[in-house]
Order: sequence, then structure tokens, then C-alpha cells
Amino acid sequence: MIKKITKRAMALFLPALYSGLAQSAYKLNLQQPETPIAQQIFDLHTLILLVCLFIFCVVFGVMFYSIYKHRKSVGHQASQFHENTTIEIIWTIIPFFILIGMAYPATKTVLAMKNTSNPDMTIKITGYQWKWGYDYLQDGVSYYSTIATTQDQIYGRAPKDEHYLLEVDKPLVVPVGKRVRVIITADDVIHSWWVPAFGVKQDAIPGFIRDSWFKVEKPGIYRGQCAELCGKDHGFMPIVVDAKEQKDYEIWLAEQKQKQAATQVDASKTFTLDELKTQGEKVFNTTCAVCHQANGKGIPGTFPALDGSKIANGPKADHLNIVMNGKPGTAMVAFSNQLSDVELASVITYERNAWGNTTGDAVQPSEVKALRK
Amino acid sequence: MDAAQATHAHDDHAHHPGGIMRWVMTTNHKDIGTLYLSFAGVMFLLGGIMAMTIRAELFQPGLQFVRPEFFNQLTTLHGLIMVFGAIMPAFVGFANWQVPLMIGAPDMAFARMNNWSFWLLPPAALLLVISFFVPGGAASGGWTLYAPLSVQLGPGMDLTIFAVHLLGASSIMGSINIITTILNMRAPGMTLMKMPLFVWTWLITAYLLIAVMPVLAGAVTMTLTDRHFGTHFFNAAGGGDPVLFQHVFWFFGHPEVYIMILPGFGIVSQIIPTFARKPLFGYSSMVYATASIAILSFIVWAHHMFTVGMPAAAQLFFMYATMLIAVPTGVKVFNWLATMWRGSMTFETPMLFAIGFIFLFTMGGFTGLVLAITPVDIQLQDTYYVVAHFHYVLVAGALFSIFGGIYYWLPKWTGKMYDETLGKWHFWLSMIFFNIAFFVQHFLGLAGMPRRIPDYAPQFAEFNMISSIGAFGFGLSQLLFIYIVIKCIRSGEKAGAKPWEGAHGLEWTLSSPPPYHSFETPPLVK
Repeated sequence: MIKKITKRAMALFLPALYSGLAQSAYKLNLQQPETPIAQQIFDLHTLILLVCLFIFCVVFGVMFYSIYKHRKSVGHQASQFHENTTIEIIWTIIPFFILIGMAYPATKTVLAMKNTSNPDMTIKITGYQWKWGYDYLQDGVSYYSTIATTQDQIYGRAPKDEHYLLEVDKPLVVPVGKRVRVIITADDVIHSWWVPAFGVKQDAIPGFIRDSWFKVEKPGIYRGQCAELCGKDHGFMPIVVDAKEQKDYEIWLAEQKQKQAATQVDASKTFTLDELKTQGEKVFNTTCAVCHQANGKGIPGTFPALDGSKIANGPKADHLNIVMNGKPGTAMVAFSNQLSDVELASVITYERNAWGNTTGDAVQPSEVKALRK
Repeated sequence: MDAAQATHAHDDHAHHPGGIMRWVMTTNHKDIGTLYLSFAGVMFLLGGIMAMTIRAELFQPGLQFVRPEFFNQLTTLHGLIMVFGAIMPAFVGFANWQVPLMIGAPDMAFARMNNWSFWLLPPAALLLVISFFVPGGAASGGWTLYAPLSVQLGPGMDLTIFAVHLLGASSIMGSINIITTILNMRAPGMTLMKMPLFVWTWLITAYLLIAVMPVLAGAVTMTLTDRHFGTHFFNAAGGGDPVLFQHVFWFFGHPEVYIMILPGFGIVSQIIPTFARKPLFGYSSMVYATASIAILSFIVWAHHMFTVGMPAAAQLFFMYATMLIAVPTGVKVFNWLATMWRGSMTFETPMLFAIGFIFLFTMGGFTGLVLAITPVDIQLQDTYYVVAHFHYVLVAGALFSIFGGIYYWLPKWTGKMYDETLGKWHFWLSMIFFNIAFFVQHFLGLAGMPRRIPDYAPQFAEFNMISSIGAFGFGLSQLLFIYIVIKCIRSGEKAGAKPWEGAHGLEWTLSSPPPYHSFETPPLVK
């Protein structure tokens, strides 16, 4: 019913308002909804906006009429009335009914949003400072998704891409037409996973699990951003969802499983210092450089320098400890959950042998493994 | 000049120190009101400079002027300084000047405590400013100071916590003073239901402050002990809950937004009848509406948290409760319109700001209604739509009412008239630039631009540029305001006891400026 009314109102209103503007760069409305929930949100917003527009016209019609007519400069004499119980009761009661008219469709949508039962698949999403982790719980596939925009683009040293700031290395891939339940948590501070076209925004809360769901109807790429201030790079942890047809999705999933198996390096192997350093540099640049910077100098006062630091040049055990277990009360989280034995060993080796640090130590994956509980 | 000398002669009689010590040691409500308002003005400029820097960075995509971590410090401190340093002290300044004058009291009830509650503010402001220069810089977790992010931050956060403690103590003392003054020191014959509406709104606001400032103090103290003493209030690993912080914070935070608007309602309710030359329509329903808004403000806090994942029942409860606030707020707007209706209006600067207030505050009310609808809020939470919404109610709402109030009572306070032409310029420039700066932010939020980001995707570029231009214009227009006030004090034309033809109330029975000690013998109110 409400949908019909809003649709009809839109059919009257929007051609004039929309046609020219919607295509231009000046986007004036919510993004094109791509899930049933997002569609309901879109319609609710239109309905409320129209109600507000109506009230606006009535209230300010009266006000500006009064300003125009009841002014001293046109010789209007002030009457001295100052109350009228009937009218005061009327304008208290009428808004009640308008509000009930709004609350009814909104309640239905709230209940639909909160109903996460009977999903076709479940994906766990974890917010990190500053990237997203995706785990396909049924299929054992998991990976991190980080921003693909380069620092050069951000600092104006290179031209900006079409999807500047809204592009990632590995998007979340989902099949279309399936009820996807996402369970959302965080590792360090509160983040918020938001894809406007899906009508999903759910805070990722460290230590707690929340859930939401969506069913994408069309294949395509959908973009969003972290919506809860989470520190320095809050503005730089976009979300990209690639919705594929079921068969394409299955091909992708099979590829992922294969890749993941292929990259499983034997953790019991002993590596040379150079092998560890090369691998470690990659890990450092994707995981650590965001705070400690690629040159190891950190950001004074906020993120300590590793170049010449006591820990990176001191005993191996302390270095392993801080990387694996983190430092409570700071942005340094425990990386033992995020990185594999090989990655931890190599990045620590790199940090001990990069820039001005020359300990010559090689940390082997077996040493990391021994420290895991 | 004569008036100034007369006041001075009176000063000598009062045996108080001259020069700077006059201001340090003063217990006079008028002096303290001036101190509060001047302090708010300085803080307003400081917060404004931060806003200008933010808008300069957001003028175009990419990072040009500041690094992300400094950007976050700017947004955090802009919020804290504008809320706790500018808007709230400005309203307390109004209360100090006007409450005794309007109820016929000789001074505030606790004159020495009044001095102390003001002088807590400068050290608090100093802590906030100093925090930019400690390692790691100022607090950068947003003015909402959400844990666990605020637990991660450097020593700047500790300074912010102490500053909040001081500001809270000051507010509580100020509120006790205002309540005691209003309840005990009214002139004979002034019953509660005869009080000017400004006094009523402050009475209710003061109760809100006493109720919620300790809650904020609790929230930041828990953050402090989490940071340094290993408590785990907000750490799930230790049995705590990060969302607890948000519940406690917003239990303070929502009444706080009414603390910042109710005195504004009061000021507007004084201005509109004066310039419509008609009594306020529905006085008693205005009082009841104010009280209803205050009471409802305690049961709507979690509408700031619709995305944390509360159960459906909680989301629905907070949605319904929030929507209810539209009713008493609507009543207020209708009453102001009915006051204007068939009046004999003139449009001096205070009236312009009051009408601007009604117009733009109502727009903020509409977007508030949109945001009350849980599913829509989930889409718009933490976007520029919310930024636009609360700037409509806090800048065009609270700040415009403050400007209106200053133009309205400046002739009374200084005994001189401000420059009417310049005042109108100030209004129109503020009105136009404010809308250029903030109206377009609704579109940015709808299209999906999150708030508190230092850089944005190219699709948001046009509106951000427009918004920045509006913000610079708005910022510069405020320099005109400072010029107008200084010009008024130094060389304004002499104002009579009642410079506004339609004004009513005890303050207009005194000379302009009022004697240093007024109403030593209480007036009789019929």
C-alpha cells in the first residue's frame, strides 16, 4: 500500500526533479538499492521526505504569509490573543497520527532487517585497523581485503583512478539470489561494515559478534566504506563486493581453494636469511607499514619507529612477543591471529635486518610455532 | 559616556578591585555573565579555525594540508570545543546576565561559587589546547570518545578527560546556582507560571545538566581507568563491553543536545513576542512542551546506536520514543507561528535571527524525523547527512539563538545600540553561507559519504567544494559580528531603558546599562 502510494507520488514528482539531476555528478538521493531491504529503506525515506515536504509547505506557507501581511510597515495592528485550547489540542494530536503512519512501515522493515534466519551461506567479516578480513566459514576460504589506491594518488603525485579510495585488492565475492548472512566482529576497535546499495550497516565490535543479511539481485560490483571512526586510516578501508552468478561464484571459489592450498608453505622448513627477508618485506608493506611506515620511521608520538628501535635490535624473544601478542592499550594488536608462522617469522626477520637494523638474526617459522599456545 | 561614569562611580562604592583583578575576583552576576560570553566567543573562534582547516582539507579529493591523524584531532577538538567551550558557556553567560534581571533578583544565589564555576573553564580550555602539543597530539577518537579507540590514544586523551571533568564540575555548579536562584530569589508576585520563558527553559536545562554531567564524568573516568589501571570496563577480553561506553555516553549525550537547544528556545520565545508586539501564544503549553522534551530526552539515547546491533525490540522502542519528541517540538514551532500571526512585526536583527532559527531549526527537525526511522537511520548513520542534521540544530539552532539573544540584550548590557545595518548584513551573510555549507551535506550523506574522513571519492567532489566555500564564507561573516560588538561597545549610540517598543519584562525597567547592583530592593510583580 505504502509502496504503491510512494511509487505513484514518485511518478508524479520525480520526472521533473530527477531526470536532469540524477544523471549528473550531483547525486541527490540514496544510492540505487540492490537488495529488497535497501529498496524498503529507499521507499521509507521517500515517504518520510514527502510527508516532511508537505508539513514544510503548510508551516512555512503560514509563516511567510504572516511575515508578508502582518508587519508594522504595512500598518497591521497587533491583536492580543494568546491562547486557544482547541487549536492547541488539534496540533498536538494530528502529529501523533502522522507519526503512526510512519512508524507502521518502518516497524515492518526493522523486523525484516533483523531476521537473519535460514541463510544460504554465512560469511564472517572481521574489521582490523585498517582492512577487512573475510572468512567463508563453510568453505574454509579466508583472506584480507585492503585498499588498492596508492599513496601517490592520495597525495596528488599520480592521477586518481576512477574508483579512487573505493577499490581493494581482493573484494568480497558473493553469489546473486542467495540469502547471505554476514557475522561481523572486529579485532581491535569498533569498525562498521557498510554497503549502501545493500542497506547493510553493522558495527564490528571487538569481542562480540553481530549479524546481518543481504540478498543481491543483480551481478555487479558494489562499493562501500567503513562507517565508524577507527583511527588514522578510517577513511582508507573501503569495502568492495563482487556479486557473481552462481556458476561464476563456484568457479571463483574453486580457484581460491586451489590457490590457498598452493601457498601453504611447509612451516617446518628452514629458510635462509634472504628468503625470509624477501617474504618479510611483502608482509611488512601490507600489514605493518600503515603505522610504522615503509621506511621504518613510524609517526613520531603516535606510532614508534622500528628503525633503530630497542626491540628490533634487542633479544629475539622480546621482538617475537610484541609482534605475536601485541601491546595492550595501544594500536599494536596481537598479530598471532592474523599472520601465519611463516609470515610472522619472515616479517620479524625483515624488521631485524632492514633500514639501519643489522642484527643478522633469522627467525624460523618453527620458533614461532613453538611459541603458539 | 555619562552612563559609564555613573556605573563607575557606583563601582567605587562597591569596594571591589579594579583592572584585571576585578574580573578574577568578581562575584557580580553581570561581570561573570560577560566573562562567560567572552570566553565562549574566544572558544567559538578557536573551534571555527579548526572547522576552517577541516573544510580546507575537504575542499578537493586527496590529502593537501593535513595528515589523517591530525585531521581526526581537528574533528574531535572542533566538536568538544564548540559543545563544551562555545555553546554551553554562552548559554550560561545569558543565564548569568538575564536570570537575575528577569526575575528581579539582586544577584545569583551563590555568588562566590559563580566565580569559581567560571574560572574552572579557562584551565579546561588550556588542557584541550595543550593536548595538541603532547606526543601523539590531541584526542582523535571523535568528540564521542568511543572506547576502545579512546583507550588506544596517547596522553592527549588523558588531558581531554581531565578537561571534561573540569567542564562538568563547572556545569554542575552553574546549574545548582541557577536552580537555587530561580526557585528562591524571584521578586514578590512572580509565580513560577509568570516567569519569562527564558527562565523556565534554563530551569529545566539546569536539571538536565545536574542529571547527566555526572554520567559523562563516569564514562570518561572508566576510560581513564581502562587506560591506566587495567580495569576492563570496555574490553571484551577482560569481561567488559565496548558498547557499554556508548550506552553511558549517549545517556549523557542525548539530554546534552537538549541542554544546547532549550535555552535557545527560551531566547527565541522572548524575541518573537517583542517584535510581533503580541504576547507569546500558548505560554503554559510552551512550558509543558519544554518539560516533555526534557523528560523524553532520557529515553531516546540509543537512537544514536541503531547500527551497534541491538535486538529488534530495543530498536523499535527507541524509534517510537524518538518519534514522540516531534510532538512537543512541533507544539513549540506552532506556538511561535501563532505568536507571529496577526502581530505587528518589525524585522530588526534579533527578530531576523529568531525567524532564521525557526526556519532552519525546523529543517533540522525534519531531518531528525528522517533519522528517527531506524532502517533509514541505519543507512544514514555516521554519514554527512548526520553532520548536516546536527549542524542545522546546533549552528542554525543554538548559535543563531545566541546571536539573536546578543543583539536583543546588547543594548541593555552595554547601554549602547549596535549598528542595525551591519547586524542585518551579519544575519543575511550567516544565513546564506550556512545553507551553502550545510544543505549540500545532506546530498553527500545520502549518496554515501561517511563522516570523519579526511579524503573522499571523486563522486563527492562537487558538493564538498560547495560546502567548503559556504563554510569559509560563514567563518568570515563571524568576523563582522565581532566588529559589530566591539563597535557597539566603543561607539554605539546611547540606548534607552527599553530600546524595543514591544518588549516586556523586568530587565527593561532598569536603566541601560543596568546599575552594577540591581534590584537591591525587589520589584513588585503584579
